[in-house]
Amino acid sequence: MDSVAKLNRRAFLQAAAAAAAAAGTTVACSRNQSPWRFFSIDEARTLAAMADQIIPPDQDPGASWAGVVNYIDRQLCGPYQNLQSIYRVGLAGVDQSSRALHGKVFADLDATQQVALLQLIEGNKAPGAIWKQISSSDFFGYVVDHTMQGFYGDPRHGGNREGVSWKMLNLPYPPIRGRLRPDEAKPRSG
Amino acid sequence: MMALKHVNAVIVGSGAGGGVVANELAEAGLSVVLLERGKWFTPFDDRKDDLRNQRTCALGNSFGPDDRNPRVYVDGSGHEFTVDSRHWAYSNNAACVGGGTLSYGAMAWRFMEDDFRLRTKYGTVAGSTLDDWPISYWDLEPYYEKAEWEVGVSGDDSNNVFRAPRKRPLPMPPLPPNRDFQILEPAAKRLGLHPFHIPMLRNSVPYNGRGACMRCRWCVGYACEVSAKCGTQNTVIPRAIATGNCELRTECIAREVLTDERGRVRGVAYFDSNNRLQEQTSDLVVVSCSAVESPRLLLNSRSRLFPNGLGNRYDWVGRNLQGHAYTGAAGLFEQETYDDLGPGASIAICDFNHNNPGFVAGGLLANEFLRSPYQVVTGISGEGIPRWGQAHKDFMRRYFKRNMTVMGPMQEMPVFDSRVQVDPKVRDAWGIPVARISGRHHENDLLGTRFMTQKADAWLKEAGAIQTIPFHWTFLGIPSGGQHQAGTCRMGNDPQTSVVDKFCRVHDLDNLYVVDGSVHPNNGGFNPVLTIMAVAYHASANLVKTWKGIHGRA
Repeated sequence: MDSVAKLNRRAFLQAAAAAAAAAGTTVACSRNQSPWRFFSIDEARTLAAMADQIIPPDQDPGASWAGVVNYIDRQLCGPYQNLQSIYRVGLAGVDQSSRALHGKVFADLDATQQVALLQLIEGNKAPGAIWKQISSSDFFGYVVDHTMQGFYGDPRHGGNREGVSWKMLNLPYPPIRGRLRPDEAKPRSG
Repeated sequence: MMALKHVNAVIVGSGAGGGVVANELAEAGLSVVLLERGKWFTPFDDRKDDLRNQRTCALGNSFGPDDRNPRVYVDGSGHEFTVDSRHWAYSNNAACVGGGTLSYGAMAWRFMEDDFRLRTKYGTVAGSTLDDWPISYWDLEPYYEKAEWEVGVSGDDSNNVFRAPRKRPLPMPPLPPNRDFQILEPAAKRLGLHPFHIPMLRNSVPYNGRGACMRCRWCVGYACEVSAKCGTQNTVIPRAIATGNCELRTECIAREVLTDERGRVRGVAYFDSNNRLQEQTSDLVVVSCSAVESPRLLLNSRSRLFPNGLGNRYDWVGRNLQGHAYTGAAGLFEQETYDDLGPGASIAICDFNHNNPGFVAGGLLANEFLRSPYQVVTGISGEGIPRWGQAHKDFMRRYFKRNMTVMGPMQEMPVFDSRVQVDPKVRDAWGIPVARISGRHHENDLLGTRFMTQKADAWLKEAGAIQTIPFHWTFLGIPSGGQHQAGTCRMGNDPQTSVVDKFCRVHDLDNLYVVDGSVHPNNGGFNPVLTIMAVAYHASANLVKTWKGIHGRA
């Protein structure tokens, strides 16, 4: 029994590795059945639900309205390419834990259940075989950090829609007097 | 390959050290080629991106280096990683004209008199190669002054009773006090401390043909929008070029320093911006690539006469890698502290640089630069600070504009096994073996940071902090380095325990110099840039004085 489980896990790992190898930017970042560059529709839904518990909407919009999923999706096809497989495996793990505990995917849980599950994930205590492949707290650490970047960082990277977090913090805009568009560098010749 | 015209001097690296030397030699009439691995950026090239800059590298950096030059990092338990410049363990310094001085915070400290004679003052420290400098503060004093006036420093340290004496005041007054200053100054005085305006390489008034700081949010980590921050790229390097004696070549990657069969340096082999291998011959070579890349270049310059690299007869090249053990505390306040007035860092104390109980040396404490929202998230974290969820969002709304951080560079004790080597396997995109960083910190760093943390914490509490978050310095078991990297080509009188002499000349070779933070035997409890510049002026003055013309000593 034990060895079978191990074998299965090994087979899964190999498949995951093969998928990751195949998932160069060209494949993973232009799948046409999903509106996202990297995520599937289900993955994006799970991530949006996570992001909205990390920075929830209240009198100010939350992380998913601010475009955090778009931000992360974009970076996974850019500077965070090396984290593609962690996101793929981790988001599957969140839904696996959710099904094990509540019989439905994470996005369909109520807010209290979502927070409780994220606390388990943060503490490496969530159920699910997938968490034997990657540490759930490491994965959660990435999601928290990237959600913060997407919510508080510059809108040019696809998050912080309409500068919503800067408005929330009452941070004046434009950031540089006399330069209304700080994100545009002068075109270089040659 | 067409031969390049022979010149008097090749300088590798255009940062704080190399930029100064280039101008001094060019103005003295020597023909100079200044090689820089990066590009020359104008202020407008900086996209002012809070996730991608030299301070916050979440999505990369803005002024290099790029991914073509990885490094190998060996952690405390012996695990090796190949890291790119985005990774903290890389110890990145910007790769561009001006080096770190294009995008730094620009604190302009003179070391104290005792910093040059630590061994005399504190005695031998077990487990450390701590030594005195071969020069004193008074040897450098005129050159500190020269750096302050020629590159440009504003500030007012007259209230700093611990400062080393200066003969001439700073050329520019400090910027008007910001809110941090107004809150922290009376608190420090109530504690019996001696607060003062931080000297900064930044125009507070128009100076040297450039305007004054407009106090925007984008300072440390960014190129100044109005060029009010003074680096070598907007001061001494343009001056050097204006003499007609200095040619700046950008995007040039030095491969090795070339020597002849008589054991003298004859030039530099480098890859130009089109990746063609070039040989630039010269009468002398100055290596100014910072404390990680300078030893790498020397160690990669092997020949029959120098099988272990240049200057490395006694295995001291790359040794004693130091940075600064940064520590301090953050405080949360009832009142608003954020006033959106750059640069933010404004007030410091030097009460704890020396004569502290139970450990050697110490460091300054100063308030932190303005922080972006994401920097507040990452910078104020830990016990008692909600990491995510509704509590986090409430925390940010409440405290984003109501927090201050006080911290400072605690002086590290040099450790012989904390070092830069060249990696036997990993090579960069040009096929050159990369730097390999390994070692650990000294126990004194841990003792000192504990003490400094307490002092920062007490200062914030006196200033009215309702909650403080002390930093826990946890880097004991891992290598040093960072942007304040130093120590790897130590200056000394004894060729068996140092790499260069007091004028920065490599002991073994009469026409090879190292001029950057590498030569510091210890790195002070201060940001090192003004000392790098002063040492560069000091070395240049001697070089020009003893210059006897082409092949003078052949």
